[in-house]
Amino acid sequence: MKNTDRIEKEMVLRAPRSRVWRALTDSREFSAWFGVKLEGEFAVGQSVKGPITIPGYTHVTMEVIVESLEPERLFAYRWHPYAIDPKQDYSAEPMTLVEFRLEEAPGGTRLSVVESGFDRLPAHRRDEAFRMNEPGWQGQLDNVRKHVEV
Amino acid sequence: MSRSELAPLAAAAVRDAAPLFAALGDETRLGLLLRLSTGGPGSIARLGARSHVSRQAVTKHLEVLAGAGLIRDSWQGRERVWEIDRARFADALDYLERISRQWDAALARLKTFVET
Repeated sequence: MKNTDRIEKEMVLRAPRSRVWRALTDSREFSAWFGVKLEGEFAVGQSVKGPITIPGYTHVTMEVIVESLEPERLFAYRWHPYAIDPKQDYSAEPMTLVEFRLEEAPGGTRLSVVESGFDRLPAHRRDEAFRMNEPGWQGQLDNVRKHVEV
Repeated sequence: MSRSELAPLAAAAVRDAAPLFAALGDETRLGLLLRLSTGGPGSIARLGARSHVSRQAVTKHLEVLAGAGLIRDSWQGRERVWEIDRARFADALDYLERISRQWDAALARLKTFVET
């Protein structure tokens, strides 16, 4: 049976754990790579929000509620995934949990990202999401990879 | 980032979505969908066989589902046969895949960010 509740990613970053931890948990640094302008610091139990800065999405406000901050080990938050329709009120819907886990790895840091809780989302959210256009996501990712590897 | 990674939700897409939500929000219609998905294509007679509603009502429900693009009909001789529109369902299952790709892109940016 195909898993529909969670997404799991893993990658090794050629940077020390302390560097990756800062990139994840300093809200300014998080904002820089994620494509958002979060206002305020991450703190357990606190909500942090700000506008997305990705072109085409600047009308969207992203909000995360921090769940865990275990230094250089685990950063976790809840949010409404793909909540990009400003006309829609997502507040009553269940949130998904995003967990970033850090581990030592040869030459750097192993980072795993797990987003779970999709099975609890209302069915229409899945419908909404699949209607999004998808202009060359994979191509964009390949561009970044090439840029990094050179 | 020079170009848009995510295209905005088109207003037309939101309008298109409304009938789908409405179509799915009914017990009889969900039952008909389930029967079509487990039993394969079927005529109104077969689909309505164990239903408490009239043949006319079954037809009406099927037409609502068809209006939302979930099922489609064809004529086999003098019989109207209904079946699930697989493409539509495949699209729905694509949801996680899309979010997954967003994570790929975000993590690629993170990689660049911490490695340079």
